[in-house]
Amino acid sequence: MAGTAIEIKDVSKRFLTPGGEVFTAIRDVTFTVEPGQFCAVVGPTGCGKSTTLSLVSGLDRPSEGTVAVGGRPVAGITDGVGFMFQADALLPWKTVLQNVALGLIFRRVPKKEALERARDWIRRVGLAGFEDRYPHQLSGGMRKRVAMAAAWITEPRVLLMDEPFGALDVQTKAIMSNELIQLWEASRPSVLFITHDLEEAIALADRVVVMTSSPGGVKQVFDIDIPRPRGSVQEIRFGSRFLELHHEIWATLREEVEQAYARTAGAAA
Amino acid sequence: MNTRNAKVWAARIALAVLVIGGWQLFTTVGWVDKFFYAQPSGIWNRLWDYFENGTEFGSYPQQIETTMQEALYGFVLGTTIGIVMGVALGLNRFLAQVLDPFIKVVNAVPRIVLGAIFVVAFGVGITPKVLLAAVLVFFIVFFNAFQGAREVDRNVLNNAKVLGASRWDVIRHVTLPSAMTWIIASLHSAFGFAIVGAVVGEVLGAQHGLGLLIKSAQGNFDPDGVFANMFVIAALVLVVEFVIERLERRLLAWRPKTQAESVLV
Repeated sequence: MAGTAIEIKDVSKRFLTPGGEVFTAIRDVTFTVEPGQFCAVVGPTGCGKSTTLSLVSGLDRPSEGTVAVGGRPVAGITDGVGFMFQADALLPWKTVLQNVALGLIFRRVPKKEALERARDWIRRVGLAGFEDRYPHQLSGGMRKRVAMAAAWITEPRVLLMDEPFGALDVQTKAIMSNELIQLWEASRPSVLFITHDLEEAIALADRVVVMTSSPGGVKQVFDIDIPRPRGSVQEIRFGSRFLELHHEIWATLREEVEQAYARTAGAAA
Repeated sequence: MNTRNAKVWAARIALAVLVIGGWQLFTTVGWVDKFFYAQPSGIWNRLWDYFENGTEFGSYPQQIETTMQEALYGFVLGTTIGIVMGVALGLNRFLAQVLDPFIKVVNAVPRIVLGAIFVVAFGVGITPKVLLAAVLVFFIVFFNAFQGAREVDRNVLNNAKVLGASRWDVIRHVTLPSAMTWIIASLHSAFGFAIVGAVVGEVLGAQHGLGLLIKSAQGNFDPDGVFANMFVIAALVLVVEFVIERLERRLLAWRPKTQAESVLV
């Protein structure tokens, strides 16, 4: 099943700070993720990347503008969307098996079938034998595998990932990225992948959106024309086209990173 | 570790012998008046007498049963209402805000006094004791359930929502299990309060029960009787706490062991 398009148009999101001031997280954000496309969003810390994701998932509403998934404006939790969170979001009181089956249980799939399919997914992410463990008994990488299986089991048409591998060590991150791409190529959902790691973004994505620092906005959109299948992410980064793109996008991103850094450093001083 | 365990136990037994032996010695020699402060051997004999010959209100096991029954009924009643209301208010901000001042006022009332009203309203049967125990238990469990329902991890909550959880799914799979940590922690002290409610209710007016025996022993200048019943109550509470602890271990098996626990186990 192929993915559906995500259209974000003129979207702004403002919050009220506890002090009563209005804080603009993102302003006039417009970009599109084509059906089945892997789109990465990069930008400095605090540029509203996560806010953008929560608007697409329907966990939050935009203050202005429209977000549409599959041509339909988002209202409430978007159907057919999978979400991988930055922090641990597994239910700590449920076993690996129960966590992976959760999406199916919520969709009223009969329990027996749900567990059967969950077992299958646990095998696919390489965790066979760990079905009855609780999340705290697993390593960080294993928990991410569980989260991945839990997000994919509902066969989402749109997958939202908020720096999913940010907390992992470099090797584990590379392995997880390869596995993610394999899964993605098998069913081709549309992916919106947030990261602060430009190399990761270029290696994985078809399109890279660079965001400006606060308030967040779209600075520039790059299409990544490295042909697929690209092979393992560890090796893509030595290709000449990769280096060119990296050079080009970094030139754009750098200003924003430096500005954001100057701002936080100024605030700290 | 084993020799250390043995040492700990030896020290515990020594301490118990010292305290009980000292008590017995001081009261025998006469430094402490056993007429006021009882005597371990007297307490033991009194207990024996209770079991052997019964009490003025019927057999001793019957008194224990009455008190336990009142405490357990009150415990179950108070816990159930406490969990339901705590979680409901934890989920509903508006309701919580509306009821907040009322709860504060009711909580500030010395609840033991309610026992007097219950006895007047419901007579000397077990009902007023059950109600008093339930009221005492309710507030402890309620505040914990309320807090627990509000302290749900936002990531976990959002994850469940995105996975398609309905409102009821969220309560069942996220809010309740999350609040359970708090609720179960409160149950330990809650049962102690249930017993307090039952015993105080009996002191205020009853036909059976350990509280009534304590009151009667007090009236007869019989400190041995007061202490004997007191120790029986303590033993009962310990037994129930043991059961609650087993339950806690089963229900909270998913939790990582805290460092202190890991060291001890």
